[in-house]
Amino acid sequence: MSFEHRHASHCESGVVANMLRHHGLDLSEPMAFGLSSALSFAYLPIIRINGLPLVAYRMPPRFILKGIQQPLGLKMRFETFRTPDSGERRLDELLAAGRVVGLQTSVFWLPYMPPDLRFHFNAHNVLAYGRDGDDYLLSDPVAEETVRCAAADLARARFARGALAPKGLLYYPLGTPREPAWESVLPKAMRKTTRIMLDTPLPIIGVRGIRRLAAAVGRLDASRDAARSKLFIGQVVRMQEEIGTGGGGFRFIYAAFLQECAARLNRPVFDELADRLIDIGDEWREFALATARMIRDRDPLEPPRLAGLLNALAEREKSFFGDLRRALR
Amino acid sequence: MRESDVPQEGNRTLDGHRKTVFARGADGRLKAVASAGWEVEEIVTRQAVEDLERLADDARRRVLAGQTSPLEYHMHRLRMDVPLLAQVTGLWQWRIRRHFRPAVFARLSPALLARYGEAMGLTVAALQRVDA
Repeated sequence: MSFEHRHASHCESGVVANMLRHHGLDLSEPMAFGLSSALSFAYLPIIRINGLPLVAYRMPPRFILKGIQQPLGLKMRFETFRTPDSGERRLDELLAAGRVVGLQTSVFWLPYMPPDLRFHFNAHNVLAYGRDGDDYLLSDPVAEETVRCAAADLARARFARGALAPKGLLYYPLGTPREPAWESVLPKAMRKTTRIMLDTPLPIIGVRGIRRLAAAVGRLDASRDAARSKLFIGQVVRMQEEIGTGGGGFRFIYAAFLQECAARLNRPVFDELADRLIDIGDEWREFALATARMIRDRDPLEPPRLAGLLNALAEREKSFFGDLRRALR
Repeated sequence: MRESDVPQEGNRTLDGHRKTVFARGADGRLKAVASAGWEVEEIVTRQAVEDLERLADDARRRVLAGQTSPLEYHMHRLRMDVPLLAQVTGLWQWRIRRHFRPAVFARLSPALLARYGEAMGLTVAALQRVDA
């Protein structure tokens, strides 16, 4: 099967873009990300990863896969399995029928991943486009080239247990995606993102989530338990930069989406908003840099200073999404 | 971020891979640019990995001193913690902690050992051993 792999910034939007392009709809990764309203912020102190709270800069896994259906008038079929055997059999069947198949996997069990990045994160998306003997041919959107993965390893990655367990999840589109009515779907998708960022009633989502995180960072103890405090702030940045290319990264992807909106809708105002969001993304990177310097003791550990940077970011994102909302009126 | 500002510092946690980031080109449009890595990412990733390695080393020393079982060492080596190991094995957390006691671990039934081995991707022989 001929399949064109494109290197992406984030696994889920990358899989969706590569999958749709294979089916004849040339959609960029930022368009897949923005059209499904995947940008967000969440600070979830209840969900702990190795004892540290979860911080997310986008909507939860499968949000893009589910959210892309309506604007494109497309139906995604999702299948999960009780046993690895039945999961493998079904995958082989679909591949033999000439389909490309999306898979949810655990990063930890994928042998081609760099060892330092192999954490127990169960919601990594890859595309399978063929099988060669005992190896599956995979397009992992965050890898530069396509990769091969032995069947036994892939089975382990697909059936990893724990939080967000994939249960062998595979997915593929039913029917052929068609070009949507951009004038209606784009404003709708942007409006939804402004609602998520500004109006979510929970104080841990959106702009209020950034403030809540700032308060938690500000409370950290810089003297007695410095190592623990450093792990906390390190985790915030790791979520931002690493897990599916994070906060600054997601802000840049969304800015690229806004530039596409400006061109498709012929509304230069979205270009101006994209410029502002790029500045915000740069400010997230400055926060990451300041944090990393404190972790390595190049600067003294001062949690209140980091909290101040986060509060400033909350303020800027609030005014940005408010202006995006006004531009959509 | 401008295209010229995309970090190319070479991040060893990426192990030679490159990632894609979106950056502004000369025309002001954002585009995908390959990045060899940013030191900031390397710092926070190594921090997390080193913390896990420290836990594994510490457990290994205690195994050799007869204070804990190889199960705890392998749990940390595989970057798991007790809640996660409980989820992947379907055992209660208190039972797993009890199995950290060397005397209890030595008497574990073959079925339980096999259950741990299956969940952790280890043979039973590997599970019962630590590298000295």
